[in-house]
Amino acid sequence: MNPTSLAAAVPSPLAATTAPAIELASVTRHFGAVTAVDELSLTVNPGEVVALLGPNGAGKTTTIDLLLGLGRPDSGRVAILGKPPAEAIAEGLVSAVMQTGGLLKDLSVAETVRYVAALHASTVPVAEVLDRAGLTERANRRVGKCSGGEQQRLRFALALLPDPALLVLDEPTTGMDVEGRRTFWASMREVASRGRTIVFATHYLTEADEFADRIVMLRAGRVVADGGTEHIKAMVTGRMVRATLPGAADRAVAAAIYAVPGVRDVQVHGDSVTVVTDDADGAARYLLTRTAARDLQVTSRSLDDAFVALATQEKP
Amino acid sequence: MTTSAAVPAPAPTAPRRRPPFLPLPVLALELHRLLRNRRNVIFTMIMPSLLFLLFGSDGGYKTQSAGNGNVTAYIMVSLAVYAAMVATTTTGAAVSLERAAGWSRQLRLSPLRPVSYIVLKAAVAMVAGALAVAVVLLVGYLRGAEMAPPLWLACGVLAWACSMVFAAFGLAMGYLLPGESAMQLLGPLLGLLSFLGGLFVPIDTFGSVFADIARWTPTWGAGELARWPLVGSSDLLMATANIVGWTMLFVALAAWRFRRDTDRV
Repeated sequence: MNPTSLAAAVPSPLAATTAPAIELASVTRHFGAVTAVDELSLTVNPGEVVALLGPNGAGKTTTIDLLLGLGRPDSGRVAILGKPPAEAIAEGLVSAVMQTGGLLKDLSVAETVRYVAALHASTVPVAEVLDRAGLTERANRRVGKCSGGEQQRLRFALALLPDPALLVLDEPTTGMDVEGRRTFWASMREVASRGRTIVFATHYLTEADEFADRIVMLRAGRVVADGGTEHIKAMVTGRMVRATLPGAADRAVAAAIYAVPGVRDVQVHGDSVTVVTDDADGAARYLLTRTAARDLQVTSRSLDDAFVALATQEKP
Repeated sequence: MTTSAAVPAPAPTAPRRRPPFLPLPVLALELHRLLRNRRNVIFTMIMPSLLFLLFGSDGGYKTQSAGNGNVTAYIMVSLAVYAAMVATTTTGAAVSLERAAGWSRQLRLSPLRPVSYIVLKAAVAMVAGALAVAVVLLVGYLRGAEMAPPLWLACGVLAWACSMVFAAFGLAMGYLLPGESAMQLLGPLLGLLSFLGGLFVPIDTFGSVFADIARWTPTWGAGELARWPLVGSSDLLMATANIVGWTMLFVALAAWRFRRDTDRV
């Protein structure tokens, strides 16, 4: 048997298609006067693990809804593995873990999985799915009596049923404790290791950093940054040193601060100066010993700050 | 992307087939849900029989004849229609709770076709209606209702078949009204419709104005048709047109709301 026919005999979600796992082309979605997704284009290749990172209201959930065919874009094109979303869902090629709801409280965990399994043409065995989601011991518990983390694991179990080529997760660890998060991501790693494409929305940089190999940052319905995890992390981490500095408006003062090692950005608003730096101690020492700075405070740069900075840079 | 050879090949899967249109395990699970819902069992399975025992099993009714049977049988058939109505309407209207819980959204992420979901819910409602009718007929049989054996079957099947109008009504309300309010509104509404449609009191005891109004209610149509094998009907054509008309109206209403629901969850 030659290699070609061998490959053909073993269909895999990767070999079956050369189309991108996800293709969003200039997708726009309005809700009344609000533009939730604004001319967004994104291509995800099979096998990638991608984090959609952004603050609340960045358009993550709307993007996921459009991706799954739960909403229709006002303009632009959406394709999953080269097919319209509804078709990909009907064939069990894509499944999703939504943020909240979506479960019947009066069913037991195992009944819920059996219910959804019966809707598919073929699935992974129910017992195996329960095991992979760590729910075997909770199988007979009513969904209404399960903790938030257990309910989330159940949504995850439902998503595993069709053994999908693409798994989409909307803030999957909301409501989970630390231990829950750890086991959840461990099962996700297991899914990823089988070559599945995974796209997840999160507003935690650490989650994106630990799990994704590519981060797409969204703000106001647009992609503001897209790249390898290390690259994006470098862009958004760092600390901020804020101080009151009379005469900060003088360009020479700002330039001198900028020259301090580790400093990445200096913003001046009147007498107030904000320094973004990798070496907060160095910047603070410089400000306090070499300038008239007072009221100095050091803070971690929040993701929101990073988003604002990125968005400002993006604008023409 | 590196080559896919670097990634362990996923287990071979069966060719992707279309999922079943009406998955039977789901139907079984839905019925199981229905029967362990205590409130539901009380209102659809027990209440109608209690009403029958209260109003229909009076000793005098057993000896009074009504068409091809006794008055007890007449009241039993009316309450069987009532039971089927409550069962099908509440089961259909439960889609409002499932929408509120986000379950219909979850199902949209499965291969189940939206039309299958509504057909499934209608099927569950009709099975619930059949159970409700059977319980009332059984209690009636044990407590002195009398008619010829083929009439039991004919009246039972008609009471059940006519409840499709209420299954459609329940689904329409389930898509029209949000969450719990559907149930809260339907309880009193069904009681009113039953009274007005002559399920509790024959409409010829009403004044002529009320009797005229009554003939436009789906409860009158269903009652008239279900009792037809027993006592005949004054206006079979009107009763049939009534049921067909209301069913079409509610199916259209449900389909319209359903389509809007699917457009934007």
